[in-house]
This record gives sequence, C-alpha cells and structure tokens, in this order.
Amino acid sequence: MTEPILKITGLNKSFGPVHVLHDVDLSLYPGEVTALVGDNGAGKSTLVKCIAGINSIDTGQIAFEGRPVTISDPRHATALGIEFVYQDLALADNLDITQNMFLGRETTKLGWFLSDGEMEQKARETLASLSVRTVSSVRQSVARLSGGQRQTVAIAKAVLWNSKVVFLDEPTAALGVAQTAEVLALVRRLADQGLAVVLISHNMNDVMQVSDRVAALYLGRVAAEVQTRETSTTQIVELITSGRSGDIGLTPAEARENI
Amino acid sequence: MSSTDSLDKARPERASEFSLDLERRGLREAAAEWWVKVRSGEPGALPSIIGLIVLGAIFYFSVSSQFLSSYNLGTVPGQGAYIAVIALGLVLVLLLGEIDLSAGTSGGACATIAAVAVNSGHLHHGLPDLFYWCLVIGMVAAIGVAVWLKVWLGAALALIGEVLILTNLTQHLVVAMIMAICVGAAIGILNGVLVAKVGIPSFVATLALFLAWGGVVKFGLKNQPIGVSGYNFWHDLTYGNLTPTISWIFTIVLVVAYLGWTTFRSIRLARAGLAHEALDLVLVRGGLLTVVAIVVTVWAVRNRNPSAASYLLIQGIPVPAAIAIVLMIVCTLALTKTTWGRHLYATGGNAEAAHRAGIDVVKIKVSAFMLCSMFAALGGILLASYQSSVALDLGSGNVLLFSVAAAVIGGTSLFGGRGRPRDAILGALVITVIPYGLSLKPSIDPAWQEVITGIVLLLAASVDAISRRRAPRL
Ligand SMILES: Nc1ncnc2c1ncn2[C@@H]1O[C@H](COP(=O)(O)OP(=O)(O)OP(=O)(O)O)[C@@H](O)[C@H]1O
Ligand SMILES: [Mg+2]
Repeated sequence: MTEPILKITGLNKSFGPVHVLHDVDLSLYPGEVTALVGDNGAGKSTLVKCIAGINSIDTGQIAFEGRPVTISDPRHATALGIEFVYQDLALADNLDITQNMFLGRETTKLGWFLSDGEMEQKARETLASLSVRTVSSVRQSVARLSGGQRQTVAIAKAVLWNSKVVFLDEPTAALGVAQTAEVLALVRRLADQGLAVVLISHNMNDVMQVSDRVAALYLGRVAAEVQTRETSTTQIVELITSGRSGDIGLTPAEARENI
Repeated sequence: MSSTDSLDKARPERASEFSLDLERRGLREAAAEWWVKVRSGEPGALPSIIGLIVLGAIFYFSVSSQFLSSYNLGTVPGQGAYIAVIALGLVLVLLLGEIDLSAGTSGGACATIAAVAVNSGHLHHGLPDLFYWCLVIGMVAAIGVAVWLKVWLGAALALIGEVLILTNLTQHLVVAMIMAICVGAAIGILNGVLVAKVGIPSFVATLALFLAWGGVVKFGLKNQPIGVSGYNFWHDLTYGNLTPTISWIFTIVLVVAYLGWTTFRSIRLARAGLAHEALDLVLVRGGLLTVVAIVVTVWAVRNRNPSAASYLLIQGIPVPAAIAIVLMIVCTLALTKTTWGRHLYATGGNAEAAHRAGIDVVKIKVSAFMLCSMFAALGGILLASYQSSVALDLGSGNVLLFSVAAAVIGGTSLFGGRGRPRDAILGALVITVIPYGLSLKPSIDPAWQEVITGIVLLLAASVDAISRRRAPRL
C-alpha cells in the first residue's frame, strides 16, 4: 500500500468534562474514498473540525505527506491542500454564490482589488462541472437557495481548489435523488483523480457504493477500519451500533468503558 | 467504484446553464434586476430618496418656500456633515452586527486634543499632566496591540500620532487634526480589542466608553470651552466653499474617473469573455450622473448671497459636501472592491463561516472599529467647526444617536451584513433636513425636531422590516 497522505495518530479531544474523541487513529490514502461512519454524536464532525483547525486538539499527531504538521487555524489546513464541506454549512447568507465560493481566497489584481468577473466565470465553470441545474445565476444570494442548493455550493467551494484531501461531512443529507447521485459520482471522480476523500454519511447504500474503506467511530473511538469490498452492510451497522462485529472492533471491555 | 461510472457518463451536456448570468448585461436587464430586488425586499436607496422628497415637499409647501432658496440649501452640508461622517464610520461597524455608541464622545475627545494642541501651542502644557501622559502611553499601547493583532494600518497610524504628539508638530492646525484622527485610530483599536478579543458585547463596551470620553472632553478642556472660529481652516470645514474653478475640477475629476473606469471595465470584461455591463447601460447611467453633477455644480458656483447689496460672493461647492462625497466614495470602493470589504461583509453575515474560510475575524473587527473611530474623530472636528467651538459637551447628547439613525434610515441593518456607505449620506441628509426645514419658520417649536426625527426613523424601520419579510432568511 502507498504512503498515507494524511495520518492521524492518538488524537484526543475533550469539551470540558466530555471526552469526545479517544485515541483516534486514521490514515487517508490518495485515490481512496474513506467512509467515516458512526452514530449521532459519535464524534465524526468533531474529528473533522479538529483536522480543520477549528477545534483545538488536546493530544495527538497529524502527519501530512509524512511530515508532522500543526493545524491551529483553518488557513493552515487550506494551505496544505485540505478542503472541508461542513455539516453545518459554512456560508455567509448576505453574500452571493461566487463570493461564498471564493471567500478568504479571492482572486485579486494588485493584491487588494477583487476580480469579480474572473471569479464569477470560474464559479460558473465549477458549478457546471458539478451538473448544477437549478441555480440560475452565480450572482444569486445564498440566502435564497434551497438546502440542497446550499450544500452544492459548499461542495463546489471545496472542489474549486486543487486540493489533495477533501472531507465531506454528510454532503448528501439534504440532497434529492439526482443531486445525491451527482455528488457520489463527484466523490468517486475526485478519488480517481488521486485525491484522498473522506465521506461522512449515515446512508449505508452510499457508503457501500462509493467508498474503498470504512472507518467506524463508536463513542469517540475508532471501532474498526475495514475494506469496503470485504465487509457488508450488516457488519458496518453492527460496528456503528455496538462497536464490534464478530472478531473485529473494540474489545467488550473497551466498548463498555465508554458507556 | 464501477457502478458510479454510469452516472458519470449519464451526465448530460448542458449548454444554457445559469440563464440569468448574461454575458452582457444591458440597460433592460439592469432595470429588470433592480425591480426584482425592490419587490423581493431589497429596496436599496429608494425609501430614503422618497422620504427626502416627501419631507422636502412638506417643508416647501407648508413651512416656507425658503426651503429651496440657494443660500439656505448651501448651508445644509455644513449642518449635516458631522452626522454623515460619523454615520459613515458607524456603517462599517454596523455591517459587523456591532455598534459603537462611543463614536460621538470619542470624536469629541479627539477634537478636544486637537483644539488644545493648537490653542496652547504645546499639548504637554495645554493638557493636564496626567491626561498628557495617559495619551502618550495609550498611543504606545495601541501600537503594541495593533502589532500583536497584525492590524498594520492601525499600528502605523498610532505611531504617526505618537510622533506628532512628541515632536509638538501639533501646534500647527492641520497636523493637530491629523494627530486627532490618529488618536481616533488608537481609540478604535481599544474598542475593537474589547469587543473582538476580550469578548464584551459592543453595546456595553462602547456605552461605557461613551460615558468615559464625555468626561475626558471636560478634563482636556480644563472646563474651559475653546473657540475655533478664529482658525480659518477649521471654520471653513463647515462654512467654506471650494472656489468655482476648484468646484469644476472636483466635479470633472469625479465624473471622468467614474465614466472612464466603468467604460474601461465594461470593455475589458467583454474582451475577456466575462459577464459585463453593456456599454448602453454604462453610458446611460454615467450620462445621468454627469447631468446631475453638472446641474448641481452650475447651481453651486452661482452666487448664493441673497442680499443683492452685499459685495460678498457666496459661491462654489460647500467644503463639507466635498468631504462627505469623497469619504463616501472611498468607503464604497474599500467595501465593494477590496478583499477587506468582502471579508467585512462576510464576517457580518456569518462570522463562523468567515473564520472557517480562513479570514482573520478579529483583525477585520478591530480594523472596522478603528476606522469607525477615525471617522468619529473627523466628525468631532466637523462638529466643533459647525458649532464654532469645542464645547464641554462636544459629541455627547444626541450626536451619536442621530448618526445611528442616519445609517438606519439609509437602510443599514443593525443585525449586520447589510448596508452601504451611500446609506449613511442619504440618511444624514434626511436627519439634517428636518431641523433645517423647521428652522425656516421661527414660530415652530424646535422640539418638533426630535419628534419628527423619531417618526421618520420608525417609518424607515417599518419599511425595512416589511420589505425584509419578503426576503428569505436575511
Ligand atoms: N463545541 C462543542 N462543545 C461541547 N460539546 C460538543 C461540541 N461539539 C460537539 N460536542 C459533543 O461532541 C459529541 C460528538 O459530536 P459530533 O458533532 O462530532 O457528532 P457526529 O458524529 O458528527 O454526529 P452526527 O452524526 O449527529 O453529525 C457530541 O456529544 C456533542 O454533544
Ligand atoms: Mg456530525
């Protein structure tokens, strides 16, 4: 197997007295879709925000392309080439689609001045490549978009940049059938282009359809990491709900400790 | 996996995506777009312009036809400039969903320092000792904080202010005013740190400072008001006019710059195959602006002196009008054309999204508060000019509230994310026209000013609330 592009080891995170992530280890490989699954509150979004530099990490290491890195600010993650689509969509309602897609990374001339025409053009191309049908103008305020359209904009925002790793936190949760298919196709395409993609989803069909590996999080611990083609929906569901399945997963002692 | 390949292939080609993103936006499209906006709850400047016309009509027909006399109209900019300038600064802070209640008195404090500096010839001797050393140390602290937060402009301004104070160059009036504006920057950095870093709600932090600066004005003046009408430059900020030649140069430079820039942009974007404004739109809009600018200038350069016997010529664009217009243009460019402006809007709309997008939210907030206080300092200087003295209560009372009202009447939202510099100017005009109209008939009780201003503000807020109900989630 190739070297992991992003390797997380022994990550711990507490919010006050609540220990949300326990010694999480996770490796992401270029060209692979890793599905991150787990029940509500298992800590999936928290893990993503820790890697994004939005939440601080208590202990643990992150290595990017073999080098240890500290990500204490969203800009660090972006600079490394890691993109995120957050579950609680990070869009500014008073800005339009283009402005949101380029937020924090505007195209400029003379360093300070915005090149709106160029940005609009690129936004349009990116949305078109995602087969967005229902948005009639990239100058539309995102406040006027439907939930699914907003999600598409958030995804477009992440794929606009030539990134190496993309995290998608429940990207299809609010999407219709056709749009979900588009996003799953996109996820696959990104991986085929050599990116490492993390897909967080509660939908087992999506997970089975598009992922190469599945990492199951159970109450803040990685219960198991399995190859998708060597597993089954039943086994993943067991890992999600009880932390173990047959001889893989957490030991009964570990699983109990969390409760 | 292979099953998704079929999805990829099934993706149909679409030629006409983004039907509303016309490559070429002409007059008709722009008008239609504007109308859609008005109907969907973004009336923009429309309510304040209608309000201004209605107020004008009421005053003209029921109070005095002197409402439209050239001489009287020429005094309006002087009466309202301080409100307009303070409101311009407030718009920046209101865009963040914050407020600066201290803008009136902090501006008063800055103007006080400038007045003491020129009046006494030496700031160190003019100010109470403790005050002087607090100022010197405060400026150093502001430099330090600004460097810490990487607000480089703030650090530079505070440094300039400090140097001017220590070298006593402030005995010269213009330098003293520059120093006052630099002190404003330092005050704004303090506001910004209290709000963005310490986390005090801006309403509370600036309310406290509103009270404190009010007292500082009295300390600085040693309870003796300083008259400023003797300083020609200071006096002329309100009562001066550009000479007719300079008035024409002013107008022509602005109009040509606007026309040239919009035309150039249209042609450049069209060449690059990007969405652009068509030349018909550019020329009709620019033409209208040119006509208005020329009519106003022709009117302004005529002698406005009503007394035929007097040899004194009153002509030219009033200096305060020129100041307000230039500042409005600068603010508009900064907000709409620079990354800083984009980030300010984003922070006001959704600070978390801005943070996640890698924007330094603290820095944006501090810079907005800093600019707001700089505008406040200039506003304090203009107010002193208008009142011909640095009074013991300079900038207290209703000054701040009228400025907030101006921003809100113009269409700035108190919840952040929505507002334009233009709003501040239009709102300030509305606010100014009320006492102006009432003063035309001495038999009217001036107390009506507050009542009518209150009613106008309520009306503006109602228009805003009702129109916003049509708009989704904003
Ligand atoms: N900022 C916070 N402060 C305190 N507790 C938090 C915070 N963010 C998350 N938590 C807690 O951390 C735990 C994990 O939350 P997280 O959002 O990561 O779950 P999740 O796996 O993404 O769930 P879901 O599937 O519902 O999205 C929850 O118990 C939650 O209450
Ligand atoms: Mg989640």
